[in-house]
Parts: sequence; structure tokens; C-alpha cells
Amino acid sequence: MQFEEIKSLIEKELSGSVLGEDLISTPKALLIDSSQIKSVCEFLHTHEKTYFDSLSCLTGLDNGEEANTMEVIYHMYSIPFDLHLTLRVALDRSKPTVDSVTDIWKTADWHEREAYDLLGIQFKGHPDLRRILLPDDWEGYPLRKDYVEQEKYHEVKVKY
Amino acid sequence: MKQEENISLGGLKTGEGGIIISKLDDLLNWSRLSSLWPVGFGLACCAIEFMSTASSAYDLDRFGVIPRNSPRQADVMIVSGTVTFKMADRVKRLYEQMADPKYVISMGSCANCGGPYWEHGYHVLKGVDRVIPVDVYVPGCPPRPEALIGGFLKLQEKIRTESIMRPKALEKLMKKDAV
Repeated sequence: MQFEEIKSLIEKELSGSVLGEDLISTPKALLIDSSQIKSVCEFLHTHEKTYFDSLSCLTGLDNGEEANTMEVIYHMYSIPFDLHLTLRVALDRSKPTVDSVTDIWKTADWHEREAYDLLGIQFKGHPDLRRILLPDDWEGYPLRKDYVEQEKYHEVKVKY
Repeated sequence: MKQEENISLGGLKTGEGGIIISKLDDLLNWSRLSSLWPVGFGLACCAIEFMSTASSAYDLDRFGVIPRNSPRQADVMIVSGTVTFKMADRVKRLYEQMADPKYVISMGSCANCGGPYWEHGYHVLKGVDRVIPVDVYVPGCPPRPEALIGGFLKLQEKIRTESIMRPKALEKLMKKDAV
């Protein structure tokens, strides 16, 4: 099954969910409406022709103040059909919120926690959304473009 | 006592008295520096070098250095690797759990000053001496086993000059009071 076929499958089932495509990225990416990402994932996961049973990676991305968006990028793989696909959703940078996909892929749990930890993206419906790498009492989200590290952590100077 | 009598009574084989005269300081220092037991934990690639140092090729055992798995049994802490802020609290706790006299070897650039993370590593402690007192710094990224052994020899030198009559910490306190 080709990229175009997958795209038309989604468009047929969930019209208006595909906002665009990115053919340069590897694997090729579909830009998805953030409010429909969960239903698109669910559809791709269960459809008999795609059966994307593996979420290879989930990444958060900050595009900076100029673009004023954050992104969540889903890399998925279908083991029985050997298919690769990337989904991308753009979120409002001031309040980045998106539905969690942990119900579909258990592996999304820690990936979403990482995106929350480093970028502050909120995943609605996540069972245990806490920081995963940084200490619980850390201030701010370090991978945001406008991040400024805190002066002190537990009375110890942070800067060199 | 005659030698024949001594032997017949099951005495010393040399037939001489078993007394060695030494200073208490020297005895304590000698025993301390000859059995430096480090608390065994590794934080990054330096720990690999530390393991290599303990292996048969470099044989850290010959200096009486045996890694222990509890800070309660250890005399020296080797901070081998990058100390993150999250880990810094734990390192401090481990140090506090060690019994006196205790020493710290800071191994490698990361533990010394933050290493390659000094500028952009928001999560890295820029030198472990910001949370615990360090006795010996071993430079390198990571230091070779010879360098770590050098660090141990340096620490032994330091311990050799110690005295129970003039504890270093007390000296420092007295100085502060005077000022």
C-alpha cells in the first residue's frame, strides 16, 4: 500500500482530518487536524489494510515564537504489511494540548511523558502525566525555544 | 629467657620479642591509606574506566581498594561521571551516610566542573564540589585507569600527612573564629 492510498483511506473515513502532507520527511508525513488525531490513529491501528500496530516514536517539537506552534510527531509502523508513516499535528504554542494515544499504543505512555517533561505539551487522557527525566520540582520546560534555566536548584547555582 | 627455653615453651619462632614502636598517627594513617574502600556507583562513561581499573589488567586490589556496595562500609567516594541535579541530591545523601573519616575523589571533567555540559547542560551540576567536599580531582574525559590510580596515590599521600591531633576540619573552624 502506497502513501497516497493511505491518505485517501483516511480522507474517506474521516473527512477534513488531513490538512496537508510533507513528502520530504522520511517516512512521508501527513499533517493531521489536532482535534482528530486520536480517531485517525485509532482508524490506522484497526483498519485491516493498514494495521499500524507499532508506534515507533512520538516526538514533541517547538517551532519557536515566530511560527507560534508546537508539534507532536507520530512515527508508526505496520508489522504485518511493512508500512511506515509519519503523522504530524500542529498545536497552539501558548496552550499545547492534544489527545493522548496511550489507549491505542501502550508505548505512547513514556513518550508522551517525555514530550510533557521537556516541552510542556499536555496529553488529555494520559493515565500518569508526570515528568519522566527531570526532577518533579523542576521549573520550566527545557526544550522550549524561549527556555531560561532557573537560577538555583535546591540552593545550588545552576549556571557554570 | 634463653632461646632454647623459649622454643620449648612454644614461643616465637624468631626467639625475639614482638614489639614494633611507631607513632599512633603513622599507624592510623597507614591502615587508612592501605584499605581505601570506595562506595561503588557509576554515573557515566568514567564508571567504565573505573571498572577497567578494578579489573585484573590494572588490579586496583593491590592498593587495598575494594569497591563496597554500601556507603556505610566505604571510606572513599569516587564520583565517576556526570552529576545531574537529580543525582546531586542522591550523591550528597550517600556522602552523608558514609562514616568518618571519609574522602572524595572527583573523577573526570564532568564531576570536576561540568565537562562538556558546562555551558548548555541546564540539568548538569557544574562540579560535584558544589555539594560535597572533594579531596582529589582526576582530570580526563574519561581519565585512563592509570590516571585514576594516580588519584588514589595522591589521596594516599594526603592521608599520610594527617594527624589525629590536628584534624583539618577543626583547623579550618579555628581559623574562621579568629577572623
